Amino acid sequence: MKRQMLVALLVVCVLGSALFAAGSQESAKQSEKMELTFFFPVNVGGAVTKFVDKICNDWNELHPEAIVKPVYTGNYDDTVVKIQSSIQGKNPPDLFISLATQRFSMYVQDAVIPLDDFIAADGAAGKAYIDDFLSGFMEDSYVEGKIISIPFQRSTMILYYNKDAFREVGLDPDRPPKTWAELVEYSQKLTKVGPDGNTQRYGVGIALNSGSAQWGFTGFALQNSKNGENLMSDDGKQIFFDTPENVEALQFWCDLQTKYKVMQPGIVQWTDLPGQFLSGKVAMIYHTTGNLGNISQNATFDYGTAFLPGNKRQAAPTGGGNFYISKGISPERQKMAWEFIKFATSTERAAQWSIDTGYVATRKSAIETPQMQEYYANLPQARVAYEQIPISKPELTSYDSTRMWRILNDSIQSAITGEKTPAQALKDAQAEADTVMKKFQK
Amino acid sequence: MHNDQKGRKQPWKMPESMKAWILLAPTLIFLIVFTVYPILRSGYLSLNAYELGMRKPEFIGLQNYIGFAKSPLFWKVMRNTLYFSLLTVIPAFFIGLGLALLVNTKRAKGIGLYRTSFFYPVMMPMIAIASIWMFMYMQESGMLDQLILKLGGRPLGVLSNKRTVLPAMAVMYVWREAGYLMIFFLSGLQSLDKELYEAALIDGSTPIHTFRKITLPLLAPTTLFVTITALTDSLKLVDHIVIMTEGAPNNASTLLLYYIYQQGFVFFDQARASTLTVVMLVIMLIVSMGQFFNNDKKIYYN
Repeated sequence: MKRQMLVALLVVCVLGSALFAAGSQESAKQSEKMELTFFFPVNVGGAVTKFVDKICNDWNELHPEAIVKPVYTGNYDDTVVKIQSSIQGKNPPDLFISLATQRFSMYVQDAVIPLDDFIAADGAAGKAYIDDFLSGFMEDSYVEGKIISIPFQRSTMILYYNKDAFREVGLDPDRPPKTWAELVEYSQKLTKVGPDGNTQRYGVGIALNSGSAQWGFTGFALQNSKNGENLMSDDGKQIFFDTPENVEALQFWCDLQTKYKVMQPGIVQWTDLPGQFLSGKVAMIYHTTGNLGNISQNATFDYGTAFLPGNKRQAAPTGGGNFYISKGISPERQKMAWEFIKFATSTERAAQWSIDTGYVATRKSAIETPQMQEYYANLPQARVAYEQIPISKPELTSYDSTRMWRILNDSIQSAITGEKTPAQALKDAQAEADTVMKKFQK
Repeated sequence: MHNDQKGRKQPWKMPESMKAWILLAPTLIFLIVFTVYPILRSGYLSLNAYELGMRKPEFIGLQNYIGFAKSPLFWKVMRNTLYFSLLTVIPAFFIGLGLALLVNTKRAKGIGLYRTSFFYPVMMPMIAIASIWMFMYMQESGMLDQLILKLGGRPLGVLSNKRTVLPAMAVMYVWREAGYLMIFFLSGLQSLDKELYEAALIDGSTPIHTFRKITLPLLAPTTLFVTITALTDSLKLVDHIVIMTEGAPNNASTLLLYYIYQQGFVFFDQARASTLTVVMLVIMLIVSMGQFFNNDKKIYYN
């Protein structure tokens, strides 16, 4: 008898706690006060969460009726996973920051709303707001002509170079390489081989790991293009991997390693590259402007920043994260989310954000603020990134973009490791990409 | 009245089977929710198309399976998985057995310290191990390449070479797994009957002969268990790939579980991830079936 009662009690407890859990969830949903959940990733070093928290706290003081609750969701990849699982669980965050390249995926899933109605409702101010963003960044906010996202933490790839090493080999430290030919020439001078035949310093470093190579490659493809064609069409439905220009670009990468021997063989990781630069193991690196803070604080030598060297033209890829507003929430919440986005991207905040983090200021007016001007005066290397934006284009962005990234990265690696020729690697990648893209081209 | 009185004397008694069900319920619920249902759901999804952006799954029959069967990448991944299993299970097995034989004594001084230090890698999370070994394997600046440089060789960059990436990972894994397998062998060795050894000693058997004729046959149940554990463990590995290579170079280090993870949580293609999950499940079933079918044959129990 006693045992039976115990069992019954146990069953009641289990059922009861399940009911209680369900009930408490229900009551949370019914609460009157608006609380907006805001997912954000951090993809660079440093205490960036602190700055996001500050923006939210400042907003919350002014708007107690619509509290914004920031939720740090890891790096970009982690954030995409968390957003996807919350969308599939029908409990999406009200607003979030995700890669600009995610916008086609978000759109095709019907997970986010176009922002055009809000912009139109703001009238002339709305138009002025959008026009104030640098067009190089605004370009990858559109899907099918609609504005899907607003630029926030945006970056571009720049060349960092070791001026001391330049002086050592008799190069002018104020004249970084401007073309691929100069890049090779300088790199050959900068590469230092020890008496044992091993390389002590490489001329140039480019990260070739999956998730980074496609970014750098966008830059080289743009630099080698006839008329500035990117790796994809603007509508994100077509992929152009195997053009003769891209094959040349990939061949150039292979040549840097095997023909000229000025780049470390194998696959250098994105995260290792700044350390190699700082320790003098490589004289020039292709890296994000987001690393400027790290390099300016830790460099024990004189360093400079420069535009990426061009070939047929000068060009660079942009990257980074944008604001999005979720679809599955009430119009009132969407409206407040929009107000918050405008608040977080206001001129002064955009300027401060750039100074705090090293990301590029996204708005023209932000550049003109006294604080920004002072920052550039103190750290002239920061200015290069901003000046490069007019010649920059979005990185590989399409429907099913993570799969496209992987296909391109795999093919780059197969060429680098000598498994395939660049032409064969990109031809195979094109075939694979076309198969995936077919369903979006209907 | 009569009935009522009788009822009071003999209250309703819960049937035995009901009691059993209630006691089983907690386990059963968890088993159904976290094992049975996901398996069935994977099986169902594997027969559908369900990519990012699709509202609901769309039935396409065996298309996913056919697609993978035709995909060179899938077969590359399967080859990698088999290769990695062989590279890890066999050395880990023998090193584990060797370590167990070494520490299978009570007399030596500080034997506890040896056992602990052999077992200690098992206690470390795979993520930590992978991060440390990644630094050791780092091209040119890593410990391994520095060592080779000092000895006058050329740096290898083992992680970015398609031929060396899996063996390099296997070395790391064996370093960890051998200590784990040692524990099983050790407990197997210690449960063996001491009298048999005394008898062998009196009969003048050499240590090698004793090992071959007594230890190995008696250790057979442990051996089988260890083999299957090692095999399934090697199939279940994914963390080190995420940390060290993400499958690079060109999927030379992509193993089946990482491939599933990629389909499911990078591409958000639930159907293809489910298809691969079913493949994985079948492989795991075949491996662990060895445990049940072989049990009674050729294995001596004490």
